[in-house]
Amino acid sequence: MQFKSMVISNVEVSPNYFRMRMTAPQELASAVPGQFVMLKVNDAIDPLLRRPFGLFDVGSFVPEYAGCGAQVYCEILYKVVGKGTKLLSALHHGDLVDLLVPLGKGFQMGPAGEEKVLVGGGVGLAPLYYLAKELKERGEKVRLFAGGRNRDDVLCITEFERLGVETYVATDDGTLGERGFVTQVLERHLSSDMRIFACGPTPMLNAVAKMSQKHGVPCQVSMEAYMACGVGACLGCVMKGANHTDETPDYRCVCKDGPVFDSFELQWS
Amino acid sequence: MQRPDMSVVLAGIPMRNPVMTASGTFGYGAEFADYLDLESIGAMVTKGLSLKPKAGNPTPRIVETPGGMLNAIGLQNVGIDAFIEQKLPYLKNVNTPVIANLYGNTLEEYGEVASRLDGLAGVAGIEVNISCPNVKQGGIVFGTDPGAAQEVVSLVKRNTSKPLIVKLSPNVTDVVVMAKACADAGADALSLINTLTGMAIDLERRRPVLANVTGGLSGPAIKPVALRMVWQVAKAVRLPLIGIGGIMNGRDALEFMLAGATAIQVGTASFLDPSAAQRIAQEMEQYLVEHGIESVRSLIGALEV
Ligand SMILES: Cc1cc2nc3c(=O)[nH]c(=O)nc-3n(C[C@H](O)[C@H](O)[C@H](O)COP(=O)(O)OP(=O)(O)OC[C@H]3O[C@@H](n4cnc5c(N)ncnc54)[C@H](O)[C@@H]3O)c2cc1C
Ligand SMILES: Cc1cc2nc3c(=O)[nH]c(=O)nc-3n(C[C@H](O)[C@H](O)[C@H](O)COP(=O)(O)O)c2cc1C
Ligand code: FES
Repeated sequence: MQFKSMVISNVEVSPNYFRMRMTAPQELASAVPGQFVMLKVNDAIDPLLRRPFGLFDVGSFVPEYAGCGAQVYCEILYKVVGKGTKLLSALHHGDLVDLLVPLGKGFQMGPAGEEKVLVGGGVGLAPLYYLAKELKERGEKVRLFAGGRNRDDVLCITEFERLGVETYVATDDGTLGERGFVTQVLERHLSSDMRIFACGPTPMLNAVAKMSQKHGVPCQVSMEAYMACGVGACLGCVMKGANHTDETPDYRCVCKDGPVFDSFELQWS
Repeated sequence: MQRPDMSVVLAGIPMRNPVMTASGTFGYGAEFADYLDLESIGAMVTKGLSLKPKAGNPTPRIVETPGGMLNAIGLQNVGIDAFIEQKLPYLKNVNTPVIANLYGNTLEEYGEVASRLDGLAGVAGIEVNISCPNVKQGGIVFGTDPGAAQEVVSLVKRNTSKPLIVKLSPNVTDVVVMAKACADAGADALSLINTLTGMAIDLERRRPVLANVTGGLSGPAIKPVALRMVWQVAKAVRLPLIGIGGIMNGRDALEFMLAGATAIQVGTASFLDPSAAQRIAQEMEQYLVEHGIESVRSLIGALEV
């Protein structure tokens, strides 16, 4: 649905990374982790298109002013990378943004009892936090493998730990956790009775998908693509399905068929 | 004052208002049903349909540019048979005329797709996209060669009894020449414009942004070009016109009508605001109310120069 949302807060949590909370429609209370929002940062024609962001958290609060019932909010965690996110970072409490929510297919949490393993880097941690929260509410055992170029890319680790998630960190330069790729750390901990949920840069997802397929571990990945509409109409956001060939094309829409896919659904390079 | 009369008749197709959705920007209609009332708009135009399903181009396929966007989707579509089986039944239950947009990779394909659509209940008219390269004739684009355009249009005309709209490409030296060629070949209406060919470059990677290198520019950035072309064609050809290009609000839409359009199409605007088509119809009506205009038809071609 389309919703005029009010910014509640917008804070820089790490250099260039912001966490923004905004009001959300009642319907969002039942959003699934992995689903996303399309946000119009202003009502000008530049930037023209909406920007997609994963749901970092959904909850409810009672506003300070009197006579008001509980109000649903959602949060996004974003990195300033260009025009749109720069404008977004300048928004304050009380500013209005237009949202399409909730979009796409989220994570399937799988049966109770197995170990849930989250793998992410940078803003890829955003949907994983909401996922961790929901998994913890179900009493699941959750581990997080977080990676990034340096310590600034490893976000909100304390928030994950506060949920009771066991965390493992690796950075390319060793400024936080182990030095190296988080996928190397992950490989040492793989076992067959776990389920992997991954979100992050495409090379990381590529490595996680291949590794999990090799070890027979079920794995879901949340993908990114350039998007225009977010509703499956423009066909701008497609990825190749596992059996795609030039003769028998099989394109999947990241916005509608994803952004979360079973790793077997897609073609990996 | 009574509510203004928003209805128009386009090449024999009665529409409750002049607002249509542009091909390729509204899916097959159902994608937008959560965001607007499909029965509040004048007509819906489908994604471009071809004889066989079409895979489309590699990615990235889209990129934003100042006030617009480039797309090189490559006409990905389900194909005419799947459209008839899977998409049309839903559309039949919506009380809004459906225009099937079609294209071919060869002259023959145009004729074949048109004849498959002929006689189909639930399709009020067809819109022929001639901005495609003719695979057989070494890629010459039907829409930039008056002779080739004439051939396509007469062939489609022979294969259909439905109102025939021809969609013009702006990538020509003189759009009026193309418009006249299509009119002579039997078009019942013309829609213009399709996207303008453009390109975007990634300076750091020293590569084109789009995998296809070039793409079609749409959005507010192309509106002045589109207005000019509608105005030129309106002066030269006696067919009803559909104005397309960067229409974001009711005022934009009415400007196209002044320039000579009987109806308009909303394209890229539906991406930023999925309810754009409905909103634009409301904004047009509001303008008429505020200015005491009884019928939207009185504005068609009413530009004073
Ligand atoms: C389903 C989905 C969920 C996402 N979730 C988050 C999130 O939780 N937090 C977050 O910070 N970002 C997220 N992104 C990426 C985010 O949408 C882009 O970073 C944002 O659109 C950039 O806008 P901009 O105007 O600042 O950048 P632009 O000026 O448009 O571009 C700057 C740079 O960002 C790259 N870029 C632009 N759009 C995208 C895109 N859609 N995907 C990948 N790269 C892009 C461009 O290649 C360019 O290098 C998500 C993307 C998708 C598809
Ligand atoms: C993503 C996208 C896909 C399109 N696909 C088609 C198509 O299949 N057939 C066609 O005739 N026009 C297609 N168009 C062109 C539009 O119908 C329209 O002519 C153009 O976008 C200009 O209008 P706008 O500025 O309002 O978007 C497409 C445009 C976009 C942006
Ligand atoms: S963003 Fe338009 S189809 Fe996915």
